[in-house]
Amino acid sequence: MAIILNHVSHIYEEGTSMEAAALKDVSLAIPDGQFIGLIGHTGSGKSTLVQHLNGLMKPTSGNIFYNGADIHEEGYNKKELRSKVGLVFQYPEHQLFEIDVFSDVCFGPKNMGLDEKEVQLRAYAALKQVGLEDDYFYQSPFDLSGGQKRRVAIAGVLAMKPEVLILDEPTAGLDPKGRDEILDRIAALRKETGITVILVSHSMDDVAKYVDRIVVMNQGGVMYDDEPKKVFRYYKELEAVGLAAPQVTYIMHALKEKGYPVNTDAITIEEAKDEILKALGMKS
Amino acid sequence: MGIIETKKLIFEYIRRDEEGNVEGITRAVDQVDLDIKQGDFVAILGHNGSGKSTLAKHLNAILYPTEGTVWVDGKDTAKEEYLWDIRQNAGMVFQNPDNQIIGQVVEEDVGFGPENMGVPTKEIWERVEESLKAVGMYKYRKHSPNKLSGGQKQRVSIAGVIAMHPKCIILDEPTAMLDPNGRKEVIRAVRALNQVEGITVILITHYMEEIIHADRAIVMDQGHIAMQGSPREIFSQVERLKELRLDVPQVTLLAYELKKSGVSLPEGILTCEELIAALPV
Amino acid sequence: MLRDITLGQYYQTESVIHKLDPRVKLVATIVFIITLFLINNFIGYIIAAVFLACMVKLSKVPFRFMVKGMKSIVFLLMIAVVFNLFLTPGEPLFSFWRLTVTKEGLKLAVMMAIRLVFLIIGSSLMTLTTTPNNLTDGMEKLLSPLKRLHVPVHEVSMMMSIALRFIPILLEETDKIMKAQIARGADFESGNLIKKAKSLVPLLVPLFISAFRRANDLAMAMEARCYRGGEHRTKMKPLIYQKRDRAAYGVLFAYAAVCIYFGRIFTI
Repeated sequence: MAIILNHVSHIYEEGTSMEAAALKDVSLAIPDGQFIGLIGHTGSGKSTLVQHLNGLMKPTSGNIFYNGADIHEEGYNKKELRSKVGLVFQYPEHQLFEIDVFSDVCFGPKNMGLDEKEVQLRAYAALKQVGLEDDYFYQSPFDLSGGQKRRVAIAGVLAMKPEVLILDEPTAGLDPKGRDEILDRIAALRKETGITVILVSHSMDDVAKYVDRIVVMNQGGVMYDDEPKKVFRYYKELEAVGLAAPQVTYIMHALKEKGYPVNTDAITIEEAKDEILKALGMKS
Repeated sequence: MGIIETKKLIFEYIRRDEEGNVEGITRAVDQVDLDIKQGDFVAILGHNGSGKSTLAKHLNAILYPTEGTVWVDGKDTAKEEYLWDIRQNAGMVFQNPDNQIIGQVVEEDVGFGPENMGVPTKEIWERVEESLKAVGMYKYRKHSPNKLSGGQKQRVSIAGVIAMHPKCIILDEPTAMLDPNGRKEVIRAVRALNQVEGITVILITHYMEEIIHADRAIVMDQGHIAMQGSPREIFSQVERLKELRLDVPQVTLLAYELKKSGVSLPEGILTCEELIAALPV
Repeated sequence: MLRDITLGQYYQTESVIHKLDPRVKLVATIVFIITLFLINNFIGYIIAAVFLACMVKLSKVPFRFMVKGMKSIVFLLMIAVVFNLFLTPGEPLFSFWRLTVTKEGLKLAVMMAIRLVFLIIGSSLMTLTTTPNNLTDGMEKLLSPLKRLHVPVHEVSMMMSIALRFIPILLEETDKIMKAQIARGADFESGNLIKKAKSLVPLLVPLFISAFRRANDLAMAMEARCYRGGEHRTKMKPLIYQKRDRAAYGVLFAYAAVCIYFGRIFTI
């Protein structure tokens, strides 16, 4: 078990009239190597939750354990934790600051106190992992396109060789192709390295085909936590809280209602196609 | 002549090195001809860097053509005497909701445009009220914009534009930074403006679901118009859209895949209902 | 939450003072401060105290909010008192070590303390009862005669109100960038001064870039909405003096006259 959250709550301005709960009694276990989609609309507490996972925010009650150790125990090495639990913020390209791409990616490993050679090896490997061509390495990060900047920023976190990678809305503002490129990269990376990935998103469509497990957040609490097809069975409840299941789920349910013998658990286009062809008595 | 027309519009960015020498020229908009009728809802699509935003900025005289001409309501945007007329007639909503709200109170922000135009005080209040009501934000009129959600902020921005009584409103990726709820709110408000108030809408986006209700869709690539037609016509060309770094709604893609496997379906299905109705029993 | 910070600590409530035209409040604050420095006896201070107490009562702002503002000047207040107390020559009252307290020094120190405390309460009364936006409007209108001397009054007040709108946004952004860099192992706390200053680069560079990007966007949005400076502009909320504002001016000048008359003629 990599990360365990035990009854974690975070309340702003506790004891005043402004009191507002950002997290309410969240308990979660995140095992090594899982690919998790953390879904919720703006203000559901998902961004607050991920900032607890690397110790940037401290719960007002409850405990967080990383590999068995309480991260808020006295003497716990937070800096090391942050290199192990890499967090890529929303619009991460806004944090780039160095004169060239390569030095920017070196920032993380350098802060870890690694020697010069190791720092450079890691930066190089990370830039390769996000698929940035060598031509761009010594350009100013500000001259790159939006999608490239985002990949550089992700490399900046990967260069610390985290065991857990958390990405907060990594596709926000990208065009459809750019979105697919980033998500495919992350999926490939996870396959190669076995890294634990937590993908924060407000779009079910984006995560449905990649993740093993979906955690749905609503009003600071966990609403559903299960494998995607089981979560999407609650598509009506999800809609009530302003989230939508993938379009495919709606189609499959509508078809079922009309009497087609289809399995409503299909979530990708591919699965839906096979189900419909089967129902129509045709072979795919 | 339509409300907006462009003829052989070309726009070039000149890149310079540190000493100011010309390093190269990028043609962001290349030979674009547009003719948009009063009351139309036109969607302009394209991947990031396809030139769609640069094109949009020509439509209310923020940028001027390098070559070619743009007319707004019959007025050439390159002529300085028409500048304020054009900006009033073609209102613009931008991508980032935080960076276009000037007022510290919602109603004051909506009043900003009319104030600049020299509208009398009493009429400003009337316009602010009607605009905020049109986008469903009237009850937030005394709020600070900082405390609104992204979708609400964008609706305030839209109200700020319609308070200027434009004939046409250009929305430059108004939903790119919003969550699904915010996107829906904004698109609903935009459609209402088009249908109820009859304002011409030019919506720039890369979310395909948002263009289903448009009268016409234009797809941009490398500065020029790559595809043009009704949303249905556009969506029937799945392969071509993929080449242009775009995608189609899941339901369209599913219908396309089924058709490829031999199911007989019409071209360019846009909604779940259409697909279900069209499937053979 | 950083977005909730309001500059100038406006206190929302309904009161006569809140409703007054911001120009009245600006002028009143200035007049009040002038009277404080013209008075040289305690009767004057009593009059000023009564006047101030009435205004605070009328404003319906809890007194503790005024005191809050005082915390930041406690240090300044102490210095002023100490210097006046020990460094004023005159008739010695008592002395210890090398320091002597004089009668004149004691009087000056007490006066200085009263002046500073009243000044702070008076000006926080203004900021507590006037929204920053209203205040900039008031300043613009009040200073508008300076336009003839080519002072860019409208532009300055527009800049102030934009700054007020963007301060919370930039504060939030600072917080976000800081967290993002901490997540990459940055350390903003330890080390000596030079190291600390250096550690700010990863925070300041992105912050400046973002601020310039926002400025650029905002300028474009303003132009798109026909902004072309103060000329030809009308106001949605024009400042027009009401009856209560004229009455307030009357009360203000009556106070000033009484205060200066008694405050300068009688001596103790």
